[in-house]
Amino acid sequence: MSDAAAHVMDHPTSTGIDSKKVAIWTLIGSECLLFASLISTYLVYKGKSLVGPLPHAESQCMLHGKMQTCEPMFEIPLVTFGTAVLLFSSFFVVLALYGAQKGNRKMLVGWLSMTVLCGLFFIGMQVYEFTHFYHKGMGYGTNLFSSTFYTLTGFHGSHVTVGVIWLSTLLYRGIKGKLPQEKALNLEIAALYWHFVDVVWIVIFPVVYLMR
Amino acid sequence: MATSVLDHAPATHAKAPTGIWSWITTVDHKRIGILYGATAFLFFLIGGLEALFMRIQLMKPDNHFVSAEMFNALFTMHGTTMIFLGVMPLSAMFFNYFIPLQIGARDVAFPRLNAFSYWVFLLGGLFINFSWLINAAPNTGWFGYANLTENQYSPGINTDFWVLGLQILGVASIAAAINFFVTIVNLRAPGMKMLRMPMFTWMSFITQILLLLAFPVITIALVFLMMDRHFGTHFFLPEGGGDPVLWQHLFWIFGHPEVYILILPAFGIVSEVLPVFSRKPLFGYTAMVFSGAFIAFLGFGVWSHHMFSTGMGPFADSFFALSTMLIAVPTGVKIFNWIGTLWGGSLQMKTPLYFAVGMVAMFIVGGLSGVMHSSPPADLQQTDTYFVVAHFHYVLFGGSIFGLTAGAYYWFPKMFGRMLDETIGKVHFWLMFIGFNVTFFPMHFLGLNGMPRRVYTYPAELNFEFWNRIQTWGSLLLGFSMLVFIYNIWKAARKPADAPADPWRGATLEWLIPSPPQEFNFGTVPPVGSSTPAWDLRRANGGPLPEPKPESGAGIHMPRPSYWPAVTAIGVLGVIGSILFTHAFHQWYFITITGAAILIYGIYRWAFEPAF
Repeated sequence: MSDAAAHVMDHPTSTGIDSKKVAIWTLIGSECLLFASLISTYLVYKGKSLVGPLPHAESQCMLHGKMQTCEPMFEIPLVTFGTAVLLFSSFFVVLALYGAQKGNRKMLVGWLSMTVLCGLFFIGMQVYEFTHFYHKGMGYGTNLFSSTFYTLTGFHGSHVTVGVIWLSTLLYRGIKGKLPQEKALNLEIAALYWHFVDVVWIVIFPVVYLMR
Repeated sequence: MATSVLDHAPATHAKAPTGIWSWITTVDHKRIGILYGATAFLFFLIGGLEALFMRIQLMKPDNHFVSAEMFNALFTMHGTTMIFLGVMPLSAMFFNYFIPLQIGARDVAFPRLNAFSYWVFLLGGLFINFSWLINAAPNTGWFGYANLTENQYSPGINTDFWVLGLQILGVASIAAAINFFVTIVNLRAPGMKMLRMPMFTWMSFITQILLLLAFPVITIALVFLMMDRHFGTHFFLPEGGGDPVLWQHLFWIFGHPEVYILILPAFGIVSEVLPVFSRKPLFGYTAMVFSGAFIAFLGFGVWSHHMFSTGMGPFADSFFALSTMLIAVPTGVKIFNWIGTLWGGSLQMKTPLYFAVGMVAMFIVGGLSGVMHSSPPADLQQTDTYFVVAHFHYVLFGGSIFGLTAGAYYWFPKMFGRMLDETIGKVHFWLMFIGFNVTFFPMHFLGLNGMPRRVYTYPAELNFEFWNRIQTWGSLLLGFSMLVFIYNIWKAARKPADAPADPWRGATLEWLIPSPPQEFNFGTVPPVGSSTPAWDLRRANGGPLPEPKPESGAGIHMPRPSYWPAVTAIGVLGVIGSILFTHAFHQWYFITITGAAILIYGIYRWAFEPAF
């Protein structure tokens, strides 16, 4: 091993697990409570909105300055596709990690690019969704549904964004040849975070989009 | 036989640098601990002054020493300061300084993250207290109940200082909790199994878990409140369908574990001090560990006992009453184990023992009134009266502060290489003990007689004056005892270093190295075969160990100093603090963007800077 930093990464620990890895697991444990609070609030306020629009049903809502009948907000097919893309990205990052651990730069760069692209697609989908909803009369403070929905999915979306920035940084390092085999752990840690963000979406998708 | 941990490439280390820049860039857990301690003690004194102003106001009926509005700000800032800027960071001082020493580690797992936690804490504390200077101190109570904290009732930026300040402090707490959690899990000396860890490290470990699980909940609650105040939502506003009681649930799901975050470190300190000064091992080590863990676990299932008066119905009331009463069991286990430790011991009547025994006694008083509150019918009589104020000061002052002061006297020689004066220490103890009881015990009577909390004055015909006068004199005595403590520290600072490595005949690893420890802590880490490794070595040696000699430290490479944690902390302040300006000017988000740019730039420079 050439530099000191790589040397330190292999420093023996009490558990035999790298400290950075324990740290990311700890962060994930903590983040569970963050999303639990958001999801609970969404559920507690489900069906308590005083005005429309509503996720699954027609309702009376304020649009273009007057009360009128609004269509249901959700477009399940688009989000289902986005969900699938996000899930695939979790698979791709596993392949990228495999490449990194084997020292196969082509595999690393290829699959990590795919992961980042999937993440970007998901963010794009969410941006489209939010703007679309906004134009259909659902502002942030319109009703309890809109506030809880935007806060919950917005928090998740910002986590995806952080993940994309993190993975892009590693991708850049990979392209430059600065993510050698012995530093594959750096990707593994980012991948753990990425999987967590996906798992949270696996909870959010049925709870928010499918449950009526 | 000593196990060598010097297994790295050679790097030379000159003696520790000095000067302000070395403190700003330091990543040494011991220096960061001292920074935490000094900062928290200053905030603690500010919080104490706020309390004294309230006591002077309440000294006589129909008093106008301060206005009603000022009184609101005083009790809000007193609570917020003591909890988030006093007791928590004073505990963090001991986490920082002594967790690595007690487990035989070179430093914490992430030294720069540790520095980051401190800078964020400092900026958050200054942020909240800055509100005093522009006459906009938060004034809605430390619990910030919606919808009192909403725009309609709190239109000024007072509440924003509170909301955003707590958010900033939360970042510091979470970062520190991850750091200490990983440190304890991963950096223990060879042979130190989990069930051989010193009790302070154990209770600190449990505290980190509580921090990790409780703080995200308040983060979300504060986000909701911020959105309500600035971005048009109705999370806690009934006119939009929101429910103010949701705030109470979210707040107390955080808030009850928070009180264990405040007390468990003190439990740990007392569990260190009592065995050392009784000259016998802690009674029931394993029971102590598991009762601590059980307290923490139950701590997440009792939050609604803060909300009996909201009318949750008989089922919820019964559940939370029973779970609350259950907490008395593991707490009782701890108290009996402390008494069992003292029992038959060869008691060394030194100042740390005075404070530790004082803590046990005072905590029993507060614990018993706590059991009284757990019964909803009793609680409905006591809630919002001075009886509750008496209760939580007996556990937080009588418990946490007495415990932390025991820790201060116990560990001061290790931290600064100087003994605190024993006589002044005992004077400090008796003044504090008497002042504390005179201040807070009569609150039980006043509370049961119906004197409400958080009301700035009272009419003469209610006959509250007698006890209030006595309490105020008690509080002045309590304040004076702090001056005695400061005098003791000042006196110690002026004399030459006189503390041996092990002034108390300690049981744990920190007593095996010079006072104060060298930058790298341990040249060699001794074998750990029990929870009292220093006593094991002493026994094997057949008497006192020779005074450890300073080691050269050649071949040990320590983390490099870095200013990026401090820069990144400024970014955090910019991002969160910018929300303060949403009503002040339209382009407030430029501050957010600037903060975010500093934050991201800081993170990248930090990530790509060599750590060693």
